[in-house]
Amino acid sequence: MSSNGLVIEAENMVKRFGRFIANDNLTFSVSKGEIFGFLGANGAGKTTAIRILCGLSRPTSGKIRVAGYDVYTETEKIKRRIGYMSQRFSLYEDLTVIENFRFFGGIYGLKRPVIMERSHEMLTRLGIIHFENTVISELPLGIRQKLAFSVSILHTPELVFLDEPTGGVDPITRRQFWEMIHEAAASGITVFVTTHYMDEAEYCNRVSIMVDGKIEALDTPERLKTKYQAQNMNEVFLKLARKTN
Amino acid sequence: MRTIFYIMQKEFIQVFRNRMMLPIIFLMPVIQLLILSFAVTYEIKQIRLYITDIDNSVASRSLLQHFRSSPFYQIEGESKNAAEGMENIRKGTVHQMICILPGFEKNLAKGVPAKVQIINDAINGSAAALMNAYTVSIIGNYNQGIIAEAVPEAQPVVKINWLYWFNPELDYKTYMIPGILVLLVTIIGMFLAGMNVVREKEIGTIEQINVTPIKKYQFIAGKLIPFWIIALFDLAAGLLMARFFFSIPILGNIFLIFLVASVYLIVVMGIGLFISTVTNTQQQSMFLAWFFLVVFILMSGLFTPVESMPQWARNINVINPIAYFIRMIRMIMLKGSGFQDIVKHLIYLALYGITILSLAVWRYRKTT
Repeated sequence: MSSNGLVIEAENMVKRFGRFIANDNLTFSVSKGEIFGFLGANGAGKTTAIRILCGLSRPTSGKIRVAGYDVYTETEKIKRRIGYMSQRFSLYEDLTVIENFRFFGGIYGLKRPVIMERSHEMLTRLGIIHFENTVISELPLGIRQKLAFSVSILHTPELVFLDEPTGGVDPITRRQFWEMIHEAAASGITVFVTTHYMDEAEYCNRVSIMVDGKIEALDTPERLKTKYQAQNMNEVFLKLARKTN
Repeated sequence: MRTIFYIMQKEFIQVFRNRMMLPIIFLMPVIQLLILSFAVTYEIKQIRLYITDIDNSVASRSLLQHFRSSPFYQIEGESKNAAEGMENIRKGTVHQMICILPGFEKNLAKGVPAKVQIINDAINGSAAALMNAYTVSIIGNYNQGIIAEAVPEAQPVVKINWLYWFNPELDYKTYMIPGILVLLVTIIGMFLAGMNVVREKEIGTIEQINVTPIKKYQFIAGKLIPFWIIALFDLAAGLLMARFFFSIPILGNIFLIFLVASVYLIVVMGIGLFISTVTNTQQQSMFLAWFFLVVFILMSGLFTPVESMPQWARNINVINPIAYFIRMIRMIMLKGSGFQDIVKHLIYLALYGITILSLAVWRYRKTT
């Protein structure tokens, strides 16, 4: 992590696909321990931005540092310090819960006893230790999402990116999922999360709202509500999204 | 090193848990060997022959007797009228017609050339050439017999004596099975590893791997080694069958075969993995792999001898790994060639393997 306490620093981040501009001059920063909500409609450019910050996609231009490292030249150093839960479900469906933990822990270079201890602890806390040897494809979506999140922080990263982690998940599981996020943040992991549920945006320390590739607003939920004279984040979002349509 | 081990462990679990893949991998050697070695053959055992004996004399009947008594011919019909035989060839009911023209016996007695016509159905060119050769050689023997009878003191000027080395009885299986073993490991090598990588691209799990600090060579090695082991296991099963079921002689050192195969597999798997890095779907990579596979097989010398190909085609064969392997495995199995005899080819294959694998590692992109 860099000395100024910022885990993500993005300055004029641009990503073009041919003529289409997916990320148009994004400038923002995320501090250590923060829960940062990254909001926006479908196609606003959220996933593109996350993929750049994770080192999966090269930006067109802009100065970007993640965990104190440059995204152009030090992607492998970044990758050691971050976790990523993609929008597409990404555990191996034909492997059991514990086999998935072992595999991903292994390629992060964790020692076997460490992997076993941490995964047992996580599964016990989630109350699903009895699914340890169940193949993923036999588990319901809610549990799979919790597992995917657990796998993404198994190697105790400084920062974790969650791309729509609660998409298609029931309200009870969503609430439990946010408890997991808060626990992770309390343990010192910075959380960068995208969502379409505006009630979830209220749980974030700060949120940014993206519209058509640009960041239209960035502040705490409270201040945004005051600024846009809105009852809740849903209204803030609608006001911003309508402005451009 | 530990990272590679974790990938290998995962691949093995997935292969053994997959109800479709397991039988394919382990039944393939058995079925390929059985089908290809019993069904696919160049030998022609049942030539359907039509006889048109217009001369109908003692001499013509004595010539035809040779065909009647040969196990390779099956007489489908006879008449004294050529038109009927030709109609049969047109309809495809017979392969070949022998027509003995009038005056055959008379000419023989006079010492003037007597005429026999052979008509072949050449829809399948190589089969027609073979049938023709059989028939001509039978007539040739008959000819020799007549000369010897008429002029007992006349000895043939050139007496030919031939031997077929390394496959004395020209057994088709002896020739084909080593080649089929090559195909077997090729298919496994070329498809399994590469397809596995593209599948991870399709289901999205590769993203989760690309976001880890894994090294590119670790990823490629982790994908290569499990299928390399499986392919060598399949080769062992195939060799056992060849030796004990088909009684193919294995004259050379069996470990040398495995050494050659291990190097060879790195080349074909490298090709498969390289294809996987430039394609995004299993369909694309399947088509590309098949394209190369078919060209390589047809040019490899498995079915037709490399020596009779034009020079440009032989030049292309420099990058055909299958051609190298078939040449070497036949040398080792049938001829008993040793390390010295094949070392040149082997070094070339090894360089090829290093090159193509490096290309695959280089082309694999964690960041796009």
